[in-house]
Amino acid sequence: MTRPLHRLTGLILGLFLTVTALSGAALAVFPAFEAWTAPALPATAFELVASVTKALPGVQEIAVSASGQVTAYTAEGGVVVDAMTGQALAKVAPQPWLIWLENLHRALFLGDTGRIAVAVLAAAMLGMCVTGALLLARRAGGWRGMLAGQKGAGWGRIHAEVARLAALGLILSSLSGLWMTAATFDLLPAAAGADYPAAVSGRTGAVLPLDFPAKDLRGLTLPGADEPVTLTTVDGEFMIDQGTGAVLTQAAPTWADRITAWAELLHTGRGAALLGVILGLAALTTPFLALSGVLMRGLTRRRSFGPADQAETVILVGSEGGATWGFAETLARTLKGPVHLAALQDFAPEAWPRAQRLLILTATYGDGEAPASAKGFLDRLAKAKPTMPLAVLGFGDRSFPRFCAYAVEVARVARAGGWPELTPLATIDRQSGQDFAHWGSALGAALGQDLSLTHHPDLPATQSLTLTTRRDYGQALQMPAAILRFALPNRSLWARLTGKGGFQPGDLLGVIPQGATLPRFYSLGSGARDGFAEICIRKHEGGLCSGQLHALRPGDQVRAFIRPNPAFHAGRRPLILIGAGTGIGPLAGIIRHARRPVHLFFGMRHRDHDFYHQEDLTEWQAQGRLTGLTLAFSRGDRPHYVQDALRDQAVTLREAMAKGARIMVCGGREMGQGVRAALTEILAPLGLTPDQLAKEGRYAEDIY
Amino acid sequence: MKTLTAILTASTALAAFPAMARDVTLTTTLNAYGGDGAYLAYYVTDASGAYAGSLWMAGGRTKYYRHLSGWSQASGGDTSEVAGITGASVGAGQTLTLTLDLADSLFDAGYVLHVDAAVEHMRDSANEVEVPLTSAGQSVSGGTYIQTLSYGQ
Repeated sequence: MTRPLHRLTGLILGLFLTVTALSGAALAVFPAFEAWTAPALPATAFELVASVTKALPGVQEIAVSASGQVTAYTAEGGVVVDAMTGQALAKVAPQPWLIWLENLHRALFLGDTGRIAVAVLAAAMLGMCVTGALLLARRAGGWRGMLAGQKGAGWGRIHAEVARLAALGLILSSLSGLWMTAATFDLLPAAAGADYPAAVSGRTGAVLPLDFPAKDLRGLTLPGADEPVTLTTVDGEFMIDQGTGAVLTQAAPTWADRITAWAELLHTGRGAALLGVILGLAALTTPFLALSGVLMRGLTRRRSFGPADQAETVILVGSEGGATWGFAETLARTLKGPVHLAALQDFAPEAWPRAQRLLILTATYGDGEAPASAKGFLDRLAKAKPTMPLAVLGFGDRSFPRFCAYAVEVARVARAGGWPELTPLATIDRQSGQDFAHWGSALGAALGQDLSLTHHPDLPATQSLTLTTRRDYGQALQMPAAILRFALPNRSLWARLTGKGGFQPGDLLGVIPQGATLPRFYSLGSGARDGFAEICIRKHEGGLCSGQLHALRPGDQVRAFIRPNPAFHAGRRPLILIGAGTGIGPLAGIIRHARRPVHLFFGMRHRDHDFYHQEDLTEWQAQGRLTGLTLAFSRGDRPHYVQDALRDQAVTLREAMAKGARIMVCGGREMGQGVRAALTEILAPLGLTPDQLAKEGRYAEDIY
Repeated sequence: MKTLTAILTASTALAAFPAMARDVTLTTTLNAYGGDGAYLAYYVTDASGAYAGSLWMAGGRTKYYRHLSGWSQASGGDTSEVAGITGASVGAGQTLTLTLDLADSLFDAGYVLHVDAAVEHMRDSANEVEVPLTSAGQSVSGGTYIQTLSYGQ
């Protein structure tokens, strides 16, 4: 229920929330300016009043704003004064812009009706913050994970990241705004003013009781002898006899008035200008959140293909953002025979009389939970009688701690319930077209069909990159590898300003080989600010893309694009980098710019043949960018793997982890598993596990 | 400039039997003071300066009435004094026209009409206008917020 509520509120009220938030942000500027330009106040109210009355003999009234701006009124009008010297600074002039903005912000120019509407908006904003926080926590697999930084890519991640920063400000603004509306509509027990005294002495000249901090003064009237002085402070209103200095009547603020004063301070920033600016900045994110929320939403769709009662193949989809539907539609179009396509929550075998097989394509939400379109599915699957063979395909991102956990659970429940297995459980990492094609051929073999699945997840536009230099390794081992460096096309000023086309080490370079439509992804070992794109690749036996890349000579071009991979960005913590073979690529890119402790564990076969980046690493060590380097050689006199090197350095590792270091692992799958196992042992005395660290954003893997 | 017309026959504290009363039209034009709508309190004092009654209150939120300090002092801030004779606040530059049914005995007998004005973010102005009630009618210029005030039959 949380998600639809969040989305619907956002869609319906997004525009109005934007208007209210932007006008609020603009209003935050006024108190900040006031506080910035207001001269300092003297220590006590007495000194303030004395210096103003001395400089302006005819003064009738003094007003002090919560920002510390002092205004003195004479018969001629008001002037802003320097309370230290009493000197007049500027005449009080109307601020039509302020009034216009206030009327827009408070009431959308609609009077009391508008004020109520804006209060409803504030309540909606509060609701959006609460439902949003619940969704974020679910997405990150718990409240602690939510604080650690967001994973994933695209609008969803950006939305989550910005919302996380702004939420507290938005909550404070909406709560205080609601309170102020209640005060305006007299719904709170507010104090009346002090009663007008029955009689005054008719004399003047008494010393007024003004021995309190000047910042607590709000107003003072200085009328003729036959009237009492009205003193207003943060502690209420007082009528004082000018002849005796005695307080004749007073009105103390109620508890509600005191909260109202706090709400006004929070909401307007008057008296707390910096806070006002921070809340203003939080409000500025509203249009962005609305827009990114809509763009996220645009991905969801649902189509049924053929009717359920005719279908021989039923495809059920468990999707969170919508990307899995695209794959399911490609599958539905490619399969022979009548196909029915539905959401996982529509699981109903009794409605599929002719079905011969069930294909389940599902993503995983957060920490292994069911995605939005799969609510209640597992319970029903566990109860259903097995009637046909079934295949499960999981979609996910290996950088999340529990990769495809929901798909694994579905497969387990199906097996336990006795559903025959059509093909073994398979997984698709980061929408990989290759993984999908691979699964397609396995499914085709099981069905006796020639099933060639070519899915094009919407690919970004490609650019031509020109090879500038290459460094070759490994010929002697019959394992050629190379570090390829490409020149970047010039980015327009607009692209630079908006960060378009920007990238960091750890992002992916999607290369589309000639004669193919699907890209292959390589981890980037450089950032846009280096001015080049660098990848470290091994030539694979019969590999189309790696073959073409290895054949490139300086001056040759490839078609490529950048795919962000924020889960493998360097972050800000001290680093322990662990890589083997060409996995050194992105790690080298990270070291190139490091300005913090970095320890690299690098595993290779032989010092003389595949020690990629050897000269660079030596140079970076000399420059102090690389503070620790441990090498492991799997061939030679003393065979040693990177896992062994980690165990040798267990003490160093534990020390670094206790100081908050982050581990980043890049390399082949086997090496990744070995490293994970070794680190599980090494970190056990600290009570840490790689899974748990991954949730906190302190364990990142780029495994291929 | 827009004219705000509130033609009415108010049953004020000062109204009497029709035979001994007259319809008086009271026109107030505000300055373009560049602020939000003004709260205006119209009230009358007798020859000795004692409060005699309220004629009109422009502005609906009672929590702001204490900023109309002349009225507030005179009437003791009692909102029942203006019950039923309250209208909207008056925008800068606008004109408020009131038709009041006032007792004959109020005229030429030392009674004085007072108007207090208050605007958000701006200085309160008690006794912005003070004008004696006479049969001949009057037209006076105001102060900070009121440009002119006139009344007549």
